[in-house]
Amino acid sequence: MSKIELNDVSVSYITGDFSTVGLKDVVIQKIKRQYKPKEFTAVKNVSFSLEEGELLGIVGSNGAGKSTLLKVISGIMRPTTGTMAVKGNIASLLELGTGFDGDLTVRENTFLRGAMLGYTREFMNRTYDSIIEFAELREFEDRLFSHLSSGMKSRLAFSIACLVHPEILILDEVLSVGDGAFRKKSEAKMLEIIGGGATTLLVSHSLDQIRRMATKVLWLDKGQQIAFGETKEICDRYAEFLNGK
Amino acid sequence: MVNVIKEQVMKIKKHQFLFEELVKRDFKKKYKRTALGMLWSLVSPLMQLLVMSVVFTNFFGRNVPHYTIYLFAGNLTFSFFRDSTYGGMNSLMQNSNIITKINLPKYMFLLSKNVASLINFGLTLLIFFVFALFDGIHFSINFITLIYPIACLIVFNIGCGLILSALFVLFKDIQYLYDIFTMMLMYLSAIFYYTGDYPEHIQKLFYLNPVYVYITYFRDVVIYGYIPGWKTHLLCLLYAAIALLAGALIYKKYNYKFMYYM
Repeated sequence: MSKIELNDVSVSYITGDFSTVGLKDVVIQKIKRQYKPKEFTAVKNVSFSLEEGELLGIVGSNGAGKSTLLKVISGIMRPTTGTMAVKGNIASLLELGTGFDGDLTVRENTFLRGAMLGYTREFMNRTYDSIIEFAELREFEDRLFSHLSSGMKSRLAFSIACLVHPEILILDEVLSVGDGAFRKKSEAKMLEIIGGGATTLLVSHSLDQIRRMATKVLWLDKGQQIAFGETKEICDRYAEFLNGK
Repeated sequence: MVNVIKEQVMKIKKHQFLFEELVKRDFKKKYKRTALGMLWSLVSPLMQLLVMSVVFTNFFGRNVPHYTIYLFAGNLTFSFFRDSTYGGMNSLMQNSNIITKINLPKYMFLLSKNVASLINFGLTLLIFFVFALFDGIHFSINFITLIYPIACLIVFNIGCGLILSALFVLFKDIQYLYDIFTMMLMYLSAIFYYTGDYPEHIQKLFYLNPVYVYITYFRDVVIYGYIPGWKTHLLCLLYAAIALLAGALIYKKYNYKFMYYM
């Protein structure tokens, strides 16, 4: 049974209505009978399905609609047209830094962010120490989050996020963070989660990574689905396309 | 209807931990790095009260018994309404970076803001009772009924917050419009004057203002020592229900459209 199934999914953004061009222009356009809010279709007619335990690599240049597609699957946005079925609980790590607040301490932020990822208080009490250990931030527990260096911030973010235990894992370029040693450590951790049997969607600009890990690949370009299928075949075609540019 | 409420309660339970953390965050942020911290929530209404009673007691206070308490009741209620709805209005946009990245019920951000305002209100209410004691107000068992207008006002604030936050996402002009609106509403809420001086049919018009109704309930119980009639009760409930229903419908309809404007 497929875990994720998308049928002809399109997503449009509304641009050019009163919120962007201002009320005055809308009224003028209405009087001139030229008013129509423009739609920008970020994802067009995407269809694919994934079985349990598969890893889908999503490739495409900037603005191809990769992030929008992940938002739809995460349930943050709804398809404008088309249907979608997603079975199982989702952990969506679109941006690891989401929800941190510079005015709170590292400790407070850890709990806040944990709560946003759907952990329970009991779980956080139990794992708090190991999160701080993993992030190597023991001396900074009671510092303000805004006082951390950006490397430390991403280490903390990763350490909290990597405790997810989902059936469906959504990753937007966050396989590993930090410098040398931590990079290795974090990638190993992420591979451990993926290896745990979660059905995974991974957006990555590293074709090597996709070749190594993905069981299926989806190629998007300007919102259009160019191809979906076996890793080797699509990666070869995509590499050719990149070379041709 | 019952099922819908049940579902929502389940959802809130599921996110209870997050909700508590959000309340903590909003409350801490409000007074971050201030020397007086939470005391500010008491200083500001008290200063307002001081100025108002100095300025207005000579004009309006002659015919009104316990004029300071009369003022305080008005100020207390109106400030709660204003704080709560302002917080509510900003709640979606302030958390837009979270809402666009994580799938969470959006009203949680609004509710946590409302809890922060409610705590403020609770503190001011305590001071209000201390003032009432010193002003020789007779404390009676009737005071228990104040729970009713407070509960209605909380719901009313949440409803208004829902409406305002949705409007604020769609057009940012709302913040300036709402400034003007609350200023006008403040003058129409009979905070420092006495409506009994107006002709009867004008007095009735005041009841079109929900905040005035809640203020009146407070004054009737605390100053005049009686519980208002069923009409006032009904009106309290009606305004709260309308606001909440309108807010909930707007959220239901635009839940996924907010994203486009954030």
